[in-house]
Amino acid sequence: MHELSLAQALIGEIERIKAKEKAAEVLSVTVRLGALSGVDRASFEFVFPLAVEGTSLEGLNLVIRETPALIGCEDCGKETQPELAFFRCAACGSARVKITGGREFLIESMEVQGDDEEPDGDRVRPETEERQDV
Amino acid sequence: MCKECGCETALNSAAARGHRHPHVHAHADGVMHAHEHSHEDASAGNHRTIPLEERVLAHNDRLAAQNRAWLAERRIVALNLISSPGTGKTFLLERTLERLRDRVGCAVIAGDQHTDNDKVRLARTGVPVEQIETLSSCHLDAEKVAAVLPRVVKENTRLLFIENVGNLVCPAAFDLGETFKVALLSTTEGEDKPVKYPVLFTAAQVVVLTKLDLVPHLDWDLVRCRQFIQRVHPGVFVFELSAKSGAGMDAWCQYLERLVV
Repeated sequence: MHELSLAQALIGEIERIKAKEKAAEVLSVTVRLGALSGVDRASFEFVFPLAVEGTSLEGLNLVIRETPALIGCEDCGKETQPELAFFRCAACGSARVKITGGREFLIESMEVQGDDEEPDGDRVRPETEERQDV
Repeated sequence: MCKECGCETALNSAAARGHRHPHVHAHADGVMHAHEHSHEDASAGNHRTIPLEERVLAHNDRLAAQNRAWLAERRIVALNLISSPGTGKTFLLERTLERLRDRVGCAVIAGDQHTDNDKVRLARTGVPVEQIETLSSCHLDAEKVAAVLPRVVKENTRLLFIENVGNLVCPAAFDLGETFKVALLSTTEGEDKPVKYPVLFTAAQVVVLTKLDLVPHLDWDLVRCRQFIQRVHPGVFVFELSAKSGAGMDAWCQYLERLVV
């Protein structure tokens, strides 16, 4: 079960991007998960909320978008979706194929709000603070 | 409407700005989960979606790239050996090192959750060995490998074997900076493992079938196994050997030697 390590890696990247973007809060993260990424979706969805518990990301909405394995054929040139795990060109049946998609495990996008003046700080605004409407 | 919790307050209304309220929602595992949830200035507060194409394992991949460059500078070929526990990785390495050690400078990094048993066994061959105990972790990562590389690699090292934690699933997801991955499969594991665990077998440049000496005692079909491997990874290089009987060891060792010439 390496999904906990993967969840921790994801949290690290989210924190890094959040700081870089000077965002105050991350509302959601969309992750693209390839069929050959070696990541089990159910395990990942199970451990992610546990991994963010108690951090500034607690409550963050995790959206997972699964993508299929794709192979490119060196004979007919077509890119097709193989039936797992039978890596033959779906168009012409050739075995001269290369994997062209499905290994990805990417942060596709992040939904954030607010501007954080101190990107490294773990900021909590007191409720009574006066807000400036922009 | 708030996208996160679906509460009916319009976000651009004055009332919505800056309010906090308790919020309950169900997680994928069915657990209800409550926490305070803020609508912090969402309308005016620069609510935005940032398009990204960032690898989740970017940190590991950066360290792996550093390892790869470090090894390339020293003209070292590094093989990441991955299989389930009990395939015979350590035994194969012992026999391989005995044959190669006088002709090629070898070194080994052995990963296990606990114990340095593999280090003790492999050190008997006289080859430099470092053990990584991963404790709760089921795989090696680039950071752990980087920490031991300078210790295990010597002036004359040309071939580095990284014996990953016995596991057919998790190690395949982590780049260590190796030259390529080698998947091992023993005859006692069943012929169809390659199609059951395609992630590793598609990623490995070489497949090694071990314990071929046991075939007469098993209902294990070599032809079927080869077919399953070729289904998953057409054209992949396959070695068939028995480290115990020595069958197939010459071809395997000659191949390894050619990698570093």
